[in-house]
Amino acid sequence: MTRPSEPLFLARQSYRRRRLADAAKVLPVLGTILLLMPILWKGGATTAGGLVYVFTVWALLILAVGLVSARLAREQPGDGGEAEGEGGP
Amino acid sequence: MLSFNGLVATSLLYVAVLFAVAFWADKRAERGQDGWLRSPLVYTLSLSIYCTAWTFYGAVGNATRSGLEYVTIYLGPTLVMVGWWVLLRRLVRIGRTQRITSIADLISSRYGKSNVLGVLVTLLAVTAATPYIALQLQSVTLSFLVFYPDPGDGAAPDTAGIAFWVAAGLAVFTILFGTRNLDVDERHHGIIMAIALEAIVKLVALVAVGAFVVFGVAGGPGAMMAQIEASPIDVWELRPDRWMTLVFLAAAAFICLPRMFHVMVVENSDERHLATAAWVFPLYLFLISLFVIPIAVTGLAVMPDGSNPDLFVLTLPLALDQGELALLAFLGGFSSATSMVIVASIALATMVSNHIVMPIWLSTRSGGATVSGDVRSIVIVSRRLSIFGVLVLGYLYYQISGGGTALSAIGLVAFVGVTQALPALVGGIFWRGASRIGAAAGVTLGFAVWLWTSFLPSFGEGALIPSAVFAEGPFGIAALRPTALFGIEGLDPLVHSVLWSMLLNTGAFVLGSLLSFPNPLERLQGATFVNIFRYADSPRGWSGRAAEAEDLLMMAQRIIGAAEAQALFEAEAAQQGKQGYLPDVTPSFLERLERELAGSVGAATAHAMLAQITGGMAVSVDDLMAVADEAQQILEYSSQLEAKSEELERTARQLREANEKLLALSIQKDGFLSQISHELRTPMTSIRSFSEILMGGDAMDDAERHRYSSIIHDETIRLTRLLDDLLDLSVLENGQVTLHEREETLASILDRAVAATEALQSERGMEIVRNRDKEAITLHTDSDRLAQVFINLIANAQKYCDAEAPRLTIAVRQSGGRPSVDFIDNGSGITSEAQAVIFEKFARGSDSHRESGAGLGLAICREIMARLGGGIRYVPGQGGAAFRVALPVARAEAA
Repeated sequence: MTRPSEPLFLARQSYRRRRLADAAKVLPVLGTILLLMPILWKGGATTAGGLVYVFTVWALLILAVGLVSARLAREQPGDGGEAEGEGGP
Repeated sequence: MLSFNGLVATSLLYVAVLFAVAFWADKRAERGQDGWLRSPLVYTLSLSIYCTAWTFYGAVGNATRSGLEYVTIYLGPTLVMVGWWVLLRRLVRIGRTQRITSIADLISSRYGKSNVLGVLVTLLAVTAATPYIALQLQSVTLSFLVFYPDPGDGAAPDTAGIAFWVAAGLAVFTILFGTRNLDVDERHHGIIMAIALEAIVKLVALVAVGAFVVFGVAGGPGAMMAQIEASPIDVWELRPDRWMTLVFLAAAAFICLPRMFHVMVVENSDERHLATAAWVFPLYLFLISLFVIPIAVTGLAVMPDGSNPDLFVLTLPLALDQGELALLAFLGGFSSATSMVIVASIALATMVSNHIVMPIWLSTRSGGATVSGDVRSIVIVSRRLSIFGVLVLGYLYYQISGGGTALSAIGLVAFVGVTQALPALVGGIFWRGASRIGAAAGVTLGFAVWLWTSFLPSFGEGALIPSAVFAEGPFGIAALRPTALFGIEGLDPLVHSVLWSMLLNTGAFVLGSLLSFPNPLERLQGATFVNIFRYADSPRGWSGRAAEAEDLLMMAQRIIGAAEAQALFEAEAAQQGKQGYLPDVTPSFLERLERELAGSVGAATAHAMLAQITGGMAVSVDDLMAVADEAQQILEYSSQLEAKSEELERTARQLREANEKLLALSIQKDGFLSQISHELRTPMTSIRSFSEILMGGDAMDDAERHRYSSIIHDETIRLTRLLDDLLDLSVLENGQVTLHEREETLASILDRAVAATEALQSERGMEIVRNRDKEAITLHTDSDRLAQVFINLIANAQKYCDAEAPRLTIAVRQSGGRPSVDFIDNGSGITSEAQAVIFEKFARGSDSHRESGAGLGLAICREIMARLGGGIRYVPGQGGAAFRVALPVARAEAA
């Protein structure tokens, strides 16, 4: 089965949507890196300091994913960038 | 303090409220008023069954033992939710389009609807979930015991009794709401609603206890931080290996836990809910874990030494005389435990029923699915028995293990177990090459390693595996020691188990996939799953074999219910343009029917049942080739259609043009008729009037009589000429003319033409310029006709040339290998508007001189030249009227 050829250039709106989807893909990677950071501060680490760090990163991550997801959901009711599919019932 | 009986009464009241909510939600859903029952918030709250009693009580216990490490259990799921776009969206789409009923169903369906894999994953899930369910029973029992009045006589309270009644109550609730009907889409609105309510209760309870500790006991966040810094758990002995392993493990378990898969994928009613859950659920986890450290720190400071840290959430408010808060905490813990057990047992029961009970039941029926009997009731009974069985297993595990193990240890053992499905799951939806053999090898090996390194040792050294085996390995093989596989010692037992089980699992999965060759159905399913966003519809898995629509309807009725099945068949028939309930059994219909059935009994069973009726395996390589051929044919056909439609369009255009031409001709014909009548009338009128004069005129001299009769004579000649011309034209146009071809030179034809026009010549004295050398061409043609054309042209020049000294140049030239004769006069020529019509009938140039001819001359010339195989056209820009007569090419020969 040959894949349908994809256009080289996209309209501004579609372009934005693709980059938004890219952001949604990058976020978990970013989150993983940040949340694995404590590994590097061996020795002298305190629970209180760790608590502040972990929960700050956590809160920021929630905020970021909230913004991205809300826009993704708004810009494509029904479904994702790759194909048009069935929407919700 | 609340009495034990009061506590029991409160719990019963709480359960009654849950019943009411579940009942109300089910009723609403039945009436179709399920608008907000399916809101994203309810979906998100239902995900909170991730937070079980293990979270509610165990997290604080974990924090007192290993500080911040507890947070990893929530960071993993947070990362999965943050990455919803990559994985969960895909899973949910697959689950919805393929009507997946459980994680075992997904894996079995992906790998060619293989029931072996379904059974494997089911066994894995049940084994892993049993201790987890036992853990919930234990925590509820322990929390009840906190309120149990000390009888003072040292008699142990009846823990087994409490656990038994809790398990029995949960079984009743789950069976009542989880298997009330066999939903086509496998959704349980009542239970989801009750769970959403429980999610709120546990969050509120934990946050309330946390807020009380921070604001009521410590005196604010600042003071709390100071207390944390002063507490013994402030020294954070971070162990990188455990930290990473736990984050990974929690993330993997979040995807693979049967209950999580159930609420996340199976119960999902709208993909867009994921977008909301992506941030709300991490927020929920954030709030749940926020107060764990404060509670642990305060508990360590306030509670006497030796008290169980796993119960701080409950015992701390009690110790500080907060009875209501303790009751709320108790309800929170109760909620956490019950919601987990309910969903887990539904999910497990679906798997057991679809992958173990139904296939066995089917195979015992020799007649297959067509024999009479209600499959629906069989499925429901098997679900109920499975729920019951799962809870009995949990209870037995609780009884045998006797409780006592730290809560978090059991939870992690279960996590490692379910994670063994991860490579097959993730590999299956991202890698088309993943095969059934690979998945089975991976899951089996991972299962075995998990049992050996994690599950069996969890009962304690010497309990199920003798201590000697721990020290020296089975049969003295040191490389197989449960805590030091391949002789690598010193690893944390959890890290050790996760590392080896995942490495071996993934290795076997990849190797098995690389080396095996999948069957056609697997390849179809693989392509469908991996490209779930690209193809809206799945490729066809059925070939058109003989299957009776009636048999299929009978079977479908017994699985999804009479009304639903009939509606489905009727809709399909209507779509095919047929009346009634029996559509044609097309492959696409079989595909759709199978998906519908899969929603009730799982993909593998549905596939097997259909295969029994349609006979044998669904697809073979030949069928695939046929499908490919068909696709090719469709492609060709469509391009042919395209060509056809282009042709049609062209034809239509030609027809339109022809029509326009016909219309124009019709107008021209009308014009021609009126012209003819006009042309005939004029001479007729003068003939009639002059003959009347002659008849009635006695006093008329001879000269007058002669004049009148000669006018009549002239007019008669003119009429005759007109009629001759018309006849000539008509003959020429109809192609009825016979040509008398012979050899003659161009010069002699021209001579004849010039001589014939001499009569007119005398009057105005037109000079004719010729070049006789060039005219020495012998023609083989009808020379009389050609001469007629020349005469016409010369006569025209004589009539219409308006120059003072009229001169006609007759020039012979060779253009493009064919000779042509130009007749060029020195008059004012023909206007460009007139040029377009001069060859039409009755067209005349300017009537500057005397009126003569009806305007048929050039029309006749054109027809003649066309007959002779030459042509005539007007050449503009020659300083006068210029006509070029192209001589017939084939007949032209140089002299």
